[in-house]
Amino acid sequence: MRSLLSVLLIGVPVTLILCLVGLSHGFIEDSQKRNLGIGADLLVRPKGSSFLSLNGAPMREEFVALIAKQPHVQLATGVYNQTAEGVTLGAAGIDYDQFAKMSGGFTFVSGGRFARPDDIILDEFYATQTKKKVGDTIELLKSKWHVSGIMEGGKLAHIVVPLKTLQTRNDNPNHISQVFVKLDDPKQVTAVIKNLHELLGDDVPIQSMDDFISLLNVNNIPALAGFIAVVMGIGVVIGFLVVSLSMYMAVLQRTREIGILKSLGASKGFILGIILSEALCLGIAGTVSGIGLTYGAAALIHALKPATLPMIMVYEWWLYAGAITIVGALLGALYPGLTAASHDPIEALSYE
Amino acid sequence: MNNIDIIRISDLHKTYRVGTVDVHALRGVDLTVKKGEFLSIVGPSGSGKSTLFHIIGALTSPTSGTAVVGDQDLSRMSDAERTRMRKRTVGFVFQKFNLLPNLTARDNIAVARHIGGTAPEPTPEFTEVLRLLGIADRLDHKPNALSGGEQQRVAIARAIVNHPAILLADEPTGNLDTENSRTVLEVLRDLNQRMGQTILMITHNPEAATYGHSTVHMRDGRIVERT
Ligand SMILES: Nc1ncnc2c1ncn2[C@@H]1O[C@H](COP(=O)(O)OP(=O)(O)O)[C@@H](O)[C@H]1O
Ligand SMILES: [Mg+2]
Repeated sequence: MRSLLSVLLIGVPVTLILCLVGLSHGFIEDSQKRNLGIGADLLVRPKGSSFLSLNGAPMREEFVALIAKQPHVQLATGVYNQTAEGVTLGAAGIDYDQFAKMSGGFTFVSGGRFARPDDIILDEFYATQTKKKVGDTIELLKSKWHVSGIMEGGKLAHIVVPLKTLQTRNDNPNHISQVFVKLDDPKQVTAVIKNLHELLGDDVPIQSMDDFISLLNVNNIPALAGFIAVVMGIGVVIGFLVVSLSMYMAVLQRTREIGILKSLGASKGFILGIILSEALCLGIAGTVSGIGLTYGAAALIHALKPATLPMIMVYEWWLYAGAITIVGALLGALYPGLTAASHDPIEALSYE
Repeated sequence: MNNIDIIRISDLHKTYRVGTVDVHALRGVDLTVKKGEFLSIVGPSGSGKSTLFHIIGALTSPTSGTAVVGDQDLSRMSDAERTRMRKRTVGFVFQKFNLLPNLTARDNIAVARHIGGTAPEPTPEFTEVLRLLGIADRLDHKPNALSGGEQQRVAIARAIVNHPAILLADEPTGNLDTENSRTVLEVLRDLNQRMGQTILMITHNPEAATYGHSTVHMRDGRIVERT
């Protein structure tokens, strides 16, 4: 009973670590996939913006036409980004025809392209999450929209709306967040970037999509590494405390048995070994229960918020989380183990 | 019984310090025991009988005096040497049967064998002992499914599984009814007679004491008489 409780308690920080890692990796993977789905070769962003900027549209729309006229540029289209829910779920305002030309168009599960200014297209994940279907009204981005289509996911954003409407409703006409550029020859990327820098200025961030996507990785999410480190630290401490207390109680409860073993000639090392193996078992069982709980959490998240929280399983972190937990457990068992090992056998045998 | 002295004790003292008070548990004990002897030890409670066993059995060290078991001097042993001595040279049987409650009888015996470092499989000789003890068909039960007498016989089997030179039994029948007491005492006598096992047995019961070849009387931390 005590062991079971310990195992569950030890599993909690394991779950925390794995969920955190799973969510961040899931978010990154989801954004990478959506950016690849755009079909662009280049990306032009506003001055001074971070690669993770998901909000705001400080760029003037004239740039799009200007960029489109440059050599080797086949197509340029401006996109207006706005966060819809937390920081992980964004909506994008697009020029439908241009964007469809660049990306090859959306694959609709039901409904279709925008017909009205207030039309909105949701991807399957977000439609499931919000339980919306074609024809429904959805309240989003501080206003009401009419669902014109549900698309398969994996292109640009989970939510798309007409660029003009988004600009108007944000009171920010003729402005965009970034420009996606498609070239007639992808080999010209470097040359085109150089040319665009001359045209727009050296301080305007211009990147190939490949470079941009490689920037989208977990190490580049600010403060995430620190946060994971903190949670891992908490994991060690909890593992340590739980095992320490649980083992200390076990040692007290089994004082007499330890005395028996000693009277049979068990050495200090033997007794310590028993306690440490039990801690090892607790650590392993705790990790396994933590992984189990993570699957539970993932199933729940997939059912409730598939678009906002795209979580995946990151198997290599099972090892890290497990190692951390087991180290904590072994350290926690050290003091009770040494106490047990140095019990006076006579006192232990007379212990009731 | 032959003429080798397996235990030689002289002027043995043991003083426990309890807080600021010194408790003199043993105040100059002299005792020799021959190999193959079955010795009973009697005396009032608190007279130091168990303490004497704890020293002979290397569970604790003497305060002063000499205590030689086999060829090993217990008064100058390190912790590790005492541990080694408990493994192979002595076997304990206690009043409370002291079996590990979560293990079957067989596993209780196996643990002792494992700690003692002897062969994992019981020798034919030991299988014979199990038959002698009458527990051969009770080995797969846990202690709480065994009667007191059976538990004590399992404890005896466990104590002698590593072929110790000396078996120390501290009131082995103290928790048993007459019937079970007699079985256990007869088992001890059999072990002594058939296998030549040296046995020291503490008892409160004068009738039990008669199973030994001779009886040592203790009082106030000393041996006052040997009959
Ligand atoms: N571990 C110990 N610490 C302190 N005093 C002890 C300890 N063991 C025994 N004593 C004391 O030593 C004396 C002898 O005890 P013991 O050897 O157990 O006697 P017996 O077995 O003859 O009843 C008693 O006064 C007892 O209280
Ligand atoms: Mg006693």
